[in-house]
Amino acid sequence: MRILRFAAVAALVGAFALPAMAADEVIELPHQKWSFDGVFGTYDRAAAQRGFQVYKEVCSACHSMKEGYYRDLKGIGLDEKQIAAIAASVTIPIIGDDGQPAERPGLPADHFHSPFPNDNAARAANNGALPPDLSVMEKARVGGPDYIYALLTGFADPPAGFKMSDGMYYNKVFPGHQIKMPKPLSDGQVTYADGTPASTEQMAHDVATFLTYVANPEMEQRKRLGVKAILFLVLLTGVTYAVKRKVWANVHH
Amino acid sequence: MAGLHKSDFKNPVVNWIDTRLPVFTMMQKEYGVFPTPKNFNYFWNFGALAMVNLMIMIATGIFLAMNYTPHVTMAFDSVERIMRDVNYGWMLRYAHANGASMFFIVTYIHIFRGLYYGSYKAPRELLWMLGVVILLLMMATAFMGYVLPWGQMSYWGATVITNLFSAIPVVGDSIVTWLWGGFSVDNPTLNRFFSLHYLLPFVLVGVIFLHIAALHITGSNNPLGIDVKSEQDTLPFHPYYTIKDSVGICVYLIVFAVLVFFAPNFFSAPDNYIQANPLVTPAEIVPEWYFLPFYAILRSVPNKLGGVSMMFGAIAVLFVLPWLDTSPVRSAKFRPIYRILFWVLVVAVIALGMVGAHRPEGAWVTIGRLATLYYFLHFLVILPVLGKLERPLPLPESISRPVIGGGPLPAGATAKPMEKV
Repeated sequence: MRILRFAAVAALVGAFALPAMAADEVIELPHQKWSFDGVFGTYDRAAAQRGFQVYKEVCSACHSMKEGYYRDLKGIGLDEKQIAAIAASVTIPIIGDDGQPAERPGLPADHFHSPFPNDNAARAANNGALPPDLSVMEKARVGGPDYIYALLTGFADPPAGFKMSDGMYYNKVFPGHQIKMPKPLSDGQVTYADGTPASTEQMAHDVATFLTYVANPEMEQRKRLGVKAILFLVLLTGVTYAVKRKVWANVHH
Repeated sequence: MAGLHKSDFKNPVVNWIDTRLPVFTMMQKEYGVFPTPKNFNYFWNFGALAMVNLMIMIATGIFLAMNYTPHVTMAFDSVERIMRDVNYGWMLRYAHANGASMFFIVTYIHIFRGLYYGSYKAPRELLWMLGVVILLLMMATAFMGYVLPWGQMSYWGATVITNLFSAIPVVGDSIVTWLWGGFSVDNPTLNRFFSLHYLLPFVLVGVIFLHIAALHITGSNNPLGIDVKSEQDTLPFHPYYTIKDSVGICVYLIVFAVLVFFAPNFFSAPDNYIQANPLVTPAEIVPEWYFLPFYAILRSVPNKLGGVSMMFGAIAVLFVLPWLDTSPVRSAKFRPIYRILFWVLVVAVIALGMVGAHRPEGAWVTIGRLATLYYFLHFLVILPVLGKLERPLPLPESISRPVIGGGPLPAGATAKPMEKV
C-alpha cells in the first residue's frame, strides 16, 4: 500500500510534466517463483550462496547488514571452515590491551561488517543518501522478495518528459521513481563459482533469496515446527470433539 | 466470625488445606458444579478463549521482557536479537505479536455476542461495564506494546496517538509533555511505556477477576436470553462446559498456529521493520487493525477536539448501553427489528475498519461519516426508541422447553433423568 500511495503522490507531482500519467498509477510487483514459498518451501542453498556472493561483492560496498552474523551462513550451506575464512577477511576495530585503537580479524560470531563506521560517513560517501541496512529489508517492504527483485531489475531510462533531479536514477518500482542508488547490477557483474550465467535477473533473484534468508533465518525451523504443531492440534481437536460428543450425548435440547 | 471450613474432600492433604483455606471448595462450587444454562452455542467459548489468550500473552511477555532492552538506541536491535539468538525467541515474539491480534479478534467476537444476545441487560449491567473497562485496558496495553519494538510505526503511532490529548482545551499541550516525559516521543516515553505495558496486564487480571466474580453472581446469559427457571435448565460447568470450551480452545489454537508459523507478519506493517527515525515521517501512519474503526471515527470529524471526543464517545456509549437499550427482551432471537439492526451495526463497524485503513479521500470520507453517524444513532437513538416500539416474538417458557405453545407438559415429564447432574 505504501508504494501505491507513494506512486499516487509521485504521479500527482509529475502530472504537469507528464500529463499521460494516471493519478492512480499502480505499480505491479510481478510475483516471482521462490524456493521458500508455501508451507513446505525451503531456501535453495545454491541460490542463497550465489546471493551471498552478490551481497559480498556488490551490495556490501555500501549497505550494512548489521543484525546478521557470519555464523548465520551455516544456514545457506556453508561449512565452518568457509565461514571462518569469510569472517577473517574483514577487520574489526577494537580497543587493544594498551588502550589504543587496534584491529582484529573477524570471527564467525561477529555481525556482518558494516562498510561505514557511522551514518554520517555513509551519507558523505553516497551523495547524501544513507544506504539502508539490509538485515530485515525483505520484511520492511511491501512485496518482500518480489519488491527486492523488481527494484534491482527496475532500472531504466526515464520515460520521455520525466523530469529527473540531479544525482538521481530512474527506477520503475521505487516510490516516486527516483532513487539515489545507481544501477547496482549489470549482466556479468559477478562470476559465479558454480558457473551459473550471471544475468541481472539471475543475480537479483539470488540476492533476494539471500536477503530473505537473512531476514528470516528461522523460517525452515518455523515451518517444520508449524506442520507438526498443526497436525497435533488437528488430532487433538478431533479427540476433544469426540469426548465432547460423548459427554453431551445424554443431554436433550 | 472466624472459624474453620468444614471440608467434604476425602484426600487428607486437600482436606487439611481446604479446612483452612477453602479454595478447593470454591473451585468446586464455581467451576465444578456451577449451574450453567444448558443451551450455550459456540459463541459462549469466547470468554474462555480470551482468558487463555491473556495467559499466553503474559507467559510469552515475561520471557520477551527478559531479553528486551527499553532504550531508543537498543530496542530495535534487541528485538532482532530475540528473533535470532534467543532460543525459540522468534516463536515467543511472533506468538506475542500475533497473540495481540488474536486477543482482539476473540474479544470483539465476545463483545458482539453480548450485543446480539443482550448480555448487558439487567442484572448484568455491572458485568458488562467491567467488560468495557477490560476493553479499554486492553487497548492501552496493546498500544504501548506496539511502541516497544521501536520501528517507524511504533514511533509515529505513539506520536499521533499521544498527540490526541493535545486536543484537550487549555491543558492539552501540558498533558502531552507530561505523557512523553519530554518534548517529543523519546527515551523517557519508551521507558514508561515498557513499565506500563508490563503493569497493565496484571491490572487486567484484577478487573477480569471482578468480571468473572460478577458473572458468577448473576449467572450466564444464554442464547434465548431468558432466565434460568429450574435445575432442568442448567448443567454443571464441569464436565459439560469444560469440554465444550476445550473444543473451542483447540480450534482457536489452530488458527493461532497458522498465523505464528506460516504468516507471522500478516497483521504487521512492513514499516515497523524500519528502525524509528524522528526525522523521517512514513507516507501513511496507520494504527494496528484493531484500532481502525476508532481511528476512522476520529478522522470523520473535521475538528480535532470533536474527533477525539467522538472516538472516546464510541466507547463511552458502551458504558451506558444497559440503560440505552429499553427493551426488556434480551436475545435478538426474539427481536425481529433489532436483529436486523444488529447486523447493520456489524457492517458499519467493519466499514469503519476499512475506512480507517485508507486515506481520508473521496468516497472513504463519505462512507466513514455515514458509518460513524449510524454507530452513534444505533446506540443513542435507535436502541432507546426501538425498545418501546418493537413487538418482540413470544418468549419460550423456559430453556428446557424452548418450543412455544405446546401446552403444559404432563406431570413427571420434566422430571425424567435428562442428564448426569
